[in-house]
Amino acid sequence: MKKTLAQYLPGQYAQIVSVAEHAMGAKLIEMGFYPGKRVQVLFRAPFRGPFAIDAGGAVLSLREDEASLIETIDC
Amino acid sequence: MCTKIALVGSPNTAKTSLFNLLTGMNQQVGNFPGVTVEKHWGKFNLPDGRVAELLDLPGAYSLNAYSEEEKIVSEILHNKQHADFPELVVVTVDVTNLERNLVILTQISDLEIPVIGVLTMNDMLIGKSVSPQELTNAFNQIPFLKINGRTGEGKQALIDFISACNIQPVEKFISFPLKENLNIAEARRDAESRKTTIVNRLKEVPSFVGVTRHSFTTKVDKLLVHPILGYAFFGIVLFLIFQFMFSISAIPMDWIDSVFLNFSQYLQTKMPEGIFTDLITQGIVPGVGGVLIFVPQIAILFFFLGVLEETGYMTRVVFIMDRLVRPFGLNGRSIVPLVSSAACAIPAILSTRVIGNPKERLITILVSPLISCSARIPVFVLLIYLVIPNKYMYGFIGLQGTVLFAMYALGVIGALVVAMVMNKFIRSKEKSFLLLELPEYRWPRWKNILLHLKEKVQAFVFDAGKIILAISIVLWAFAAFPKINEEQVAQGKTQIEESYLGQAGKTIAPVFAPLGYDWKMTVSLLTSFAAREVFVGTMATLYSAGENFEEDESLLQRMREDINLQTGKPAYSLASGLSLMVFYVFAMQCMATFAAVKRETKSWKWPLIQMGYMGFMAYTLALLTFHIFS
Repeated sequence: MKKTLAQYLPGQYAQIVSVAEHAMGAKLIEMGFYPGKRVQVLFRAPFRGPFAIDAGGAVLSLREDEASLIETIDC
Repeated sequence: MCTKIALVGSPNTAKTSLFNLLTGMNQQVGNFPGVTVEKHWGKFNLPDGRVAELLDLPGAYSLNAYSEEEKIVSEILHNKQHADFPELVVVTVDVTNLERNLVILTQISDLEIPVIGVLTMNDMLIGKSVSPQELTNAFNQIPFLKINGRTGEGKQALIDFISACNIQPVEKFISFPLKENLNIAEARRDAESRKTTIVNRLKEVPSFVGVTRHSFTTKVDKLLVHPILGYAFFGIVLFLIFQFMFSISAIPMDWIDSVFLNFSQYLQTKMPEGIFTDLITQGIVPGVGGVLIFVPQIAILFFFLGVLEETGYMTRVVFIMDRLVRPFGLNGRSIVPLVSSAACAIPAILSTRVIGNPKERLITILVSPLISCSARIPVFVLLIYLVIPNKYMYGFIGLQGTVLFAMYALGVIGALVVAMVMNKFIRSKEKSFLLLELPEYRWPRWKNILLHLKEKVQAFVFDAGKIILAISIVLWAFAAFPKINEEQVAQGKTQIEESYLGQAGKTIAPVFAPLGYDWKMTVSLLTSFAAREVFVGTMATLYSAGENFEEDESLLQRMREDINLQTGKPAYSLASGLSLMVFYVFAMQCMATFAAVKRETKSWKWPLIQMGYMGFMAYTLALLTFHIFS
């Protein structure tokens, strides 16, 4: 089932399928959210704040609307 | 010949450390034209005696630009005719972050600009090290070398490389051409194929496969971004910064104050009487003192901000505050400047450069003077003594303290409301996004912090200082001329009353009469532009009383007895006193703030807009207060 990265809970892993055709698209890919990459949601800021995601090598933070541009599958 | 070199690198790759390592103290700072991004450049000697120029370009992940910083890098590197176009680019690459940091390196190489990769953070890897030679082999023979920013290991090898400047053409990584403004689809295509290429090439680097890094970050973050403990910790950090800016800074500030006071008194006795002496002793010397008085607070704030940025904690602040401050159009990085505004808005405004998004930065600058600063305290205290009875509600809530608290609260609420309104009205070219790296926690590099601090203090003293000095001389002249004659003295008139400033105050007094002010208050509003606390001194002069009203009751006594000639009632009633306090909460009566905003926004437009909106709020809310309480 296809989901977006915004639907994951802390501790879960996801594999990136594609990144939406969006002004932020290239930036997300360059920062490490490219198709095929396996990432883990580490924690989330309180009050539905940003996600902290381990994208291999570094921890990146994304807002919910940025995370929902990234299509993923469970892994 | 490679003597024109640019330093490029993503944020958190120790780029600044490398710049400091190469140029030492031989560096300069300015601004890129049209933007408020700082431009750093420096020089260093090559072994053969030639001098190499090094331009430290702002932090950038990619030439496909999203931030103001990235736009500058992209513009320079895409234009061979650009005055700053380099002969060689040194790219800092964090070895723990190769996938991400190699993006911009391969892009620059594809622009056919000679490039060398410098591997940093080598000490963050556990047990293994990445081989520069293997990277060179995998990445089309681009030279790589290792450097340690702390010990300086590898510096000589880099200088030797620059000196020899033996550059070979490099095959392109991606065949379709890069250009300055790629559209969404083109940028995505470049990003996707470049990323795939980099990931595949890294598989050919045996020393990279299976590399792991120290990771104590996750454990620490469990505490520092915790829903309760995280905010509690941040609260403690803010409290500490505030304590230092408020109490500790008072020591050097009093010292600067008394040195300049004594110096000007000394000059007064040594120089012949006359206008020139007055200009020096009452205009220029206090004016210079009025600039330097801000240095302790600026230094303290920048020291703490430097520590927060260097350790990596600042990004966690942004992370936990992002959701809370977004409705106000602010940034997580706005919090420290806003809180420090309660001590003084000047350092706060200078420190907003850490806010990357131009709109969020502008809003922070525009609202921070609304937070009541320490210069307003003497004004509030004097007025509270005058009009608020020293009584207790329910036996324990002091009325005077409650009013003081209400004034502070009014400032904070005002700042948040204005921020929200501005967020609606200021249009921005850039979309707000977070996409932020949470770097490993690290021990701060003190040298970087101190160099930055020194730059900031210098910039304030020489840049904003010029405007402050000019305004204080003008204010002095308006208060010193025309000189009063003996006849007027005999009538009990004072110099300030008869001066141009006093006359102006009397002329515009009718404008302020609806707020409940008499001409003395109006004159004090004008002199307060030098600094808000001047209100007390002006009152003391106008009432011919001592300035220290907490020990010497004469000023309070005379102000209490004063009658407003228009209404026939006491000049200082509950209504006029509160109205005056509310005016001081909102009005931008501070030339130093004006100068700082002018410097930080690179325009006269924003400080004028700010003075206008704050003045409008002050007038209408003071009017409202006067009517509610009278």
